Amino acid sequence: MQQTIEEIQQEIVEEFEMFHEWQDKYEYLIQLGKELDPMPVNTQTEENKVKGCQSNVWVNAEYTDGKLFFTGDSDALIVKGLVALVLRVFTGNNPDEILNAQPHFIADIGLANHLSPTRSNGLAAMVKQIKFYALAYKTKAGLA
Amino acid sequence: MAKIRENFPILSTKVYGKPLVYFDNAATSQKPQQVIDRLVKYYQEENSNVHRGIYYLSELASAKYEEARDVVRTHLNANSLAEIIFVRGATEGINLVANSWGKHNIVAGDEVIISAMEHHANLVPWQQLCKEKGATLKVIPIDDNGEIIFEEYKNLLSDKTKIVAVAHTSNGIGTINPIKEIIAEAHKKNIPVLVDGCQASPHFKVDVKELDCDFYVFSGHKTFAPTGIGVLYGKENLLDAMPPYQMGGEMIKFVSFTETTFNDLPIKFEAATPNIAGAIGLATAIEYVDSLGRNNIENYEEDLKSYALQKLQEVKNLKLIGNAKNRIPLFSFVVEGTHPLDLGTMLDFEGIAIRTGNHCAQPLMQRMGVAATCRASLAFYNTKAEVDYFVDSLNKVVKKLIS
Ligand SMILES: Cc1ncc(COP(=O)(O)O)c(C=O)c1O
Repeated sequence: MQQTIEEIQQEIVEEFEMFHEWQDKYEYLIQLGKELDPMPVNTQTEENKVKGCQSNVWVNAEYTDGKLFFTGDSDALIVKGLVALVLRVFTGNNPDEILNAQPHFIADIGLANHLSPTRSNGLAAMVKQIKFYALAYKTKAGLA
Repeated sequence: MAKIRENFPILSTKVYGKPLVYFDNAATSQKPQQVIDRLVKYYQEENSNVHRGIYYLSELASAKYEEARDVVRTHLNANSLAEIIFVRGATEGINLVANSWGKHNIVAGDEVIISAMEHHANLVPWQQLCKEKGATLKVIPIDDNGEIIFEEYKNLLSDKTKIVAVAHTSNGIGTINPIKEIIAEAHKKNIPVLVDGCQASPHFKVDVKELDCDFYVFSGHKTFAPTGIGVLYGKENLLDAMPPYQMGGEMIKFVSFTETTFNDLPIKFEAATPNIAGAIGLATAIEYVDSLGRNNIENYEEDLKSYALQKLQEVKNLKLIGNAKNRIPLFSFVVEGTHPLDLGTMLDFEGIAIRTGNHCAQPLMQRMGVAATCRASLAFYNTKAEVDYFVDSLNKVVKKLIS
């Protein structure tokens, strides 16, 4: 049984609770960034670029059997760690589930307050892009 | 040295439980206790509006404010108080000149020269002025070391050139430009020169008479003074011929509903209630640095700079962006395989404050072939021990990022 978006968010919050120092939380992000599955180079396109990030961020969506599967990348590791978290939360769900989900894990792990404004804007932009894909595929599916 | 550091209370604070290592002096400098105390004294004992009241306090504040102007005049070796305009900072000073002098003197077909290493503050006002007037912005190219190519500069100067606006030293890569030669060359063709002295004034004494610059701007907050105060120096004949930039209270002499006579210099350009405390704080900052001895500071920084340069070059895979022979202790760099943002963030956890990004000089970054850099910029209160700690921390952080 696949975990729900809510369950994954809870799981992430618990993982981050293991670290008490901010430095350790960031080192965990770095680790997640390093472990993120590589994004096919041909999907690192201008269209897949997330606007509003200080570093380069790409997110790509594939639509299979009614579900969206995401890949992503960034040239900065900490940001890549954030990409990994966002993808993990949203990937493998149908557009409605994605559109209805609230990514509260960012606030729950305290990152919302700790990230520099440019980074939290970047993070918000990533989530926006993912919801945009969901909406686009939903519309497409509806029309088909 | 320990004594000097004691004058800057913030230097003994901690971040994330680690002693602060403040290497972002090019963004803004820290303030000595002397300046902080002076602000407190002003607000506790002297505060009132300037040039307006007939009562004791107002005369006191006015006197202190004008004394501050005189301290700046002496500091820059300007001819008269009329040549010292208090502004919010370098940005406002440049905008003032671009709008007032520029709008008055630039017409379609004219050319304005800047350099490839300008801060956006000394680029965008000229670019927009040129757009508005149908003039052309010309850019002095720089070489791979980040030095101005002087021959190219000479070739750019022509009968169409109306003004040259260049940085004394670069905030992005630390180059000290041959500003005296740049000015002399322009003057051969009677072209005025504006110098952006933001990154020069914290490091060495500037003599506007010796440079013979026509305009010189700098920001107080980068030179140990409060935020919100800066200086525009201009040659009196130039300033005198310029129309006011902002209209308001003190800058007028006589107003009816149909007509206004403007005040004399320098007040003509100080429309609003000025940053009185800031100006007084700036004077105190100047006096403080004078009291340490400008020569002592220059010698100390020279030594610190060579040390830091050598230490940085020992870091594996580190590439300095900008390698000018003549430079301030400001180092832009990238480390192969890492992103500046990650380095900056992880160094922060070690208590180290550096700047990452494009340093408000995107065209410069493009020229140097990077999107962003890490920038460590040092001041006279920084030490070799801090440089050692910085380099050790950098090595440690790089290892975490690329392992
Ligand atoms: C070379 C240079 N010019 C202009 C500025 C703008 O200074 P301010 O923001 O104080 O007006 C800066 C500040 O970063 C600078 O370094």
